[in-house]
Amino acid sequence: MLTPILVMSGVGTIAAVGLGIAAKVFHVDEDPRIQHVLDLLPGANCGGCGYAGCASCAEALVDGSAPANICVVGGLETASEIAGYLGLGDVNIEPEIAAPDCSGGNRASKKYIYSGFDDCRAAMQHYRGPVECDHGCIGLGTCVQACQFGAIKMGSEGLPIFNPERCVGCGECVRACPKGIISIISEKTKILHWNRYTECLSPCRQKCPAQINIPKYIRFIREGKYAEALLTIKERNPLPLVCGRVCPEPCALACRRSIGDEPVAINYLKRFVADWEMASGKHLPVPISHSTGKKVAIVGSGPGGLSAAYFLRRLGHEVEIFEQKPELGGMLRYGIPEYRLPKEILDWEIQGILDLGIKVTKNVEFGKDFTLELLKAEGFDTVILAVGAWAEHELKIEGADLEGVYSGINFLEKFQEETLPTAGKSVVVIGGGNTAMDAARSSLRLGSKKVTIVYRRSRDEMPANPAEIVAAEEENIEFAFLNAPNRILGESGKVTGLEVLSMKLGEPDKDGRRRPVVIEGSERVIECDTVIQAIGQFPDLKFNNEPMNLALKETRWHTIDAEEDTLQTNVPEVFTAGDCFTGPGLAVEAIAAGRYVARSVHYYMTEGEIPPIEGQQRDFIYGSLHDSIMGVNTTPKIHESVICLEDRLGTFKEVEGTIDEKDAQYESKRCLDCGVFCYTKEPIELKMEKAS
Amino acid sequence: MDLVLLAISAIFVNNILLAQYLGNCPFCGVSKKLSTSLGMGAAVIFVATLASIFTWLVYYYLLEPLGLKYMQTLVFILIIASLVQFVEIFLKKFSKPLYNALGIYLPLITTNCAVMGIALLNIKHEFGFWEMVVFSISSAAGFTLAIILFASIRERLFISHVPSFMKGTAIALVTAGIMSLSFMGFSGMVN
Repeated sequence: MLTPILVMSGVGTIAAVGLGIAAKVFHVDEDPRIQHVLDLLPGANCGGCGYAGCASCAEALVDGSAPANICVVGGLETASEIAGYLGLGDVNIEPEIAAPDCSGGNRASKKYIYSGFDDCRAAMQHYRGPVECDHGCIGLGTCVQACQFGAIKMGSEGLPIFNPERCVGCGECVRACPKGIISIISEKTKILHWNRYTECLSPCRQKCPAQINIPKYIRFIREGKYAEALLTIKERNPLPLVCGRVCPEPCALACRRSIGDEPVAINYLKRFVADWEMASGKHLPVPISHSTGKKVAIVGSGPGGLSAAYFLRRLGHEVEIFEQKPELGGMLRYGIPEYRLPKEILDWEIQGILDLGIKVTKNVEFGKDFTLELLKAEGFDTVILAVGAWAEHELKIEGADLEGVYSGINFLEKFQEETLPTAGKSVVVIGGGNTAMDAARSSLRLGSKKVTIVYRRSRDEMPANPAEIVAAEEENIEFAFLNAPNRILGESGKVTGLEVLSMKLGEPDKDGRRRPVVIEGSERVIECDTVIQAIGQFPDLKFNNEPMNLALKETRWHTIDAEEDTLQTNVPEVFTAGDCFTGPGLAVEAIAAGRYVARSVHYYMTEGEIPPIEGQQRDFIYGSLHDSIMGVNTTPKIHESVICLEDRLGTFKEVEGTIDEKDAQYESKRCLDCGVFCYTKEPIELKMEKAS
Repeated sequence: MDLVLLAISAIFVNNILLAQYLGNCPFCGVSKKLSTSLGMGAAVIFVATLASIFTWLVYYYLLEPLGLKYMQTLVFILIIASLVQFVEIFLKKFSKPLYNALGIYLPLITTNCAVMGIALLNIKHEFGFWEMVVFSISSAAGFTLAIILFASIRERLFISHVPSFMKGTAIALVTAGIMSLSFMGFSGMVN
């Protein structure tokens, strides 16, 4: 009896001692944090993260080669615990989830369903998939089978529907899909993505400079998911409150409903969700990528600068804005009057962007208070010039130096100072652009009795937003079309009138605008005591000369010369965006340029070179414009409430109101949810073909 | 020549999985993907060979002289478990890539009946040292062969039109049965 017990104990002791010694001799110095991180992980050992098991994953987390959100089972809670333990700070962890690229349009043909193979991959292997299209979903639901988390189901239209709340971003569906139409996307990929010709893009998406996914956010509004709608907009446009008020809606011009009906009031809907956020009193959180340790300086805080700052911050870079003026916002603040864009709204929107962790230095002028060398010495990797177009063209006519003659931007800018500017009883504004409209309408609100806009072409040629022209007409502003200023008359140094010459329209020039020709001997005098010139702006690039000698190339229009595809200037670490590159343009164009330059700068700083965007969509995709639409019932477009004329004069109250929820619901249902090709919504017949 | 015959017999005729039905747990558990089944197979070959050598030595130089043959199962479990632990510690120190590659499979083998089975069969067949080594390697190779074949079939099965009540483990077990039947075709090749 004793022997077996002794033997057993002996063998056990030897094994135990042996193991003990081995553990000591072969001890590997392991970071104690690995064990702790391992304890934080759920211990499923599923391998979904791509590592052999939780232990390897913990190791990778500790040495920094894996991001805190790598564990696909643990979700955000585990991720933030790990991030907290490893001292990654309270980072907004960027969720990565699966999303389909195929939204129905350009659908794969259902022609071949081989009996026996109810699987996308099998169909693909047998027939190389569909014959008509390279990108469409086959629709047999292999991704649904592949998903271990039940986040995918087949929708009634035969397309997979992804549930972002259940998706953990493990990528099984991506590996299962033979057509490669599912991708794991993070916020970062979304920010860096630009429209391509190969994508299914509705006309409005093709036309929007910022490339907002318009049908998607309207769909969210229809479903009552206002936060999701707003976040869809903010993937592309950090200033929805601003754009919802001042954007002239290039998208609505392309709206397919407008073929047989009024276009969808896209901007009212945008304004509705933006105001919904502001009414909630809290900025919706947006995810920010891991810190890259790169620093970017942005000169100028207009829409272009703010947009670039917002997107670069979200890409994980350290951003600092340098602004010459006492407040941020650029033309949004100093060029757009209060009655179109209340400044408290602008402040709230800008604060939301700055709260992402963007530093700001105000009251500093580039070239005078700080230079490129100084920025480089402070460790900035790149500099973005988004200085806008603030210099103004001036008429070289007699009397331009009289008292009572203003330039447009200079006049509008004064509204942000403590004392309002003075406008006389009767005001003449020269020019036909938005600045002229703003100056004219602002003068009315200062108490001017008579305001006249002098423009040398006709109403059709006016570059101002049509809505602005209509509003100016409503406010009884007089228009003197086909009149060119000849000289400003004055008495004892003060303006008394403007002499104008009548014009007639001649042959169209190469831009298609008809060139005005003077009618000799048609002089007449418009009596006035104030003349505001608003005949065009260009970038003020005086920092380019002394003392910095940046040697930036300039174009003959006094704009910064840069590579169109990258917005990189001839000084490699200097980029540009917005009006100072394009000349005066829309706010939404500057916002788009901000994201474009953010992409370039991101690649330049992280990879050293900026990859071109393959097949970048610039013109309308062939087939996306229709002559007629079938089966659409005409329904009238909603209109925003506007305050009455008496309320407009003498005050700077906002003219247009926001639509209410009921109207937003109604309007969102007017969206046709277009793709490139109209997608047949008929049920798909699954025909079994005998392989004979 | 006998050793070659022994190897063929262990791999095909008396395949540890399909003829002797040992190690069915990992056979069903880790055979969904070809790559993981390869990892499992390699780990089994490595551990089974080492374990057989140790258990053989312990049996003939400790248990038999002391007349404690009946204790073999108990002692073998202890030895295999300690051995796997030792291998794990050793690999972690000297071959981190291999350790990471084997990952979870190494501890899994601790409780793998194929390894225990091979160790016990060595004793049952009264093999000499070299016979024992060849038999162990071959048996484990047979396990690897079977699990690789099975994983390949299961990968194809996954994309096939299987009635939903048969999906997953059900069809896998049917498949394993048919594979077992086909391996019976080898019987009689070698006595």
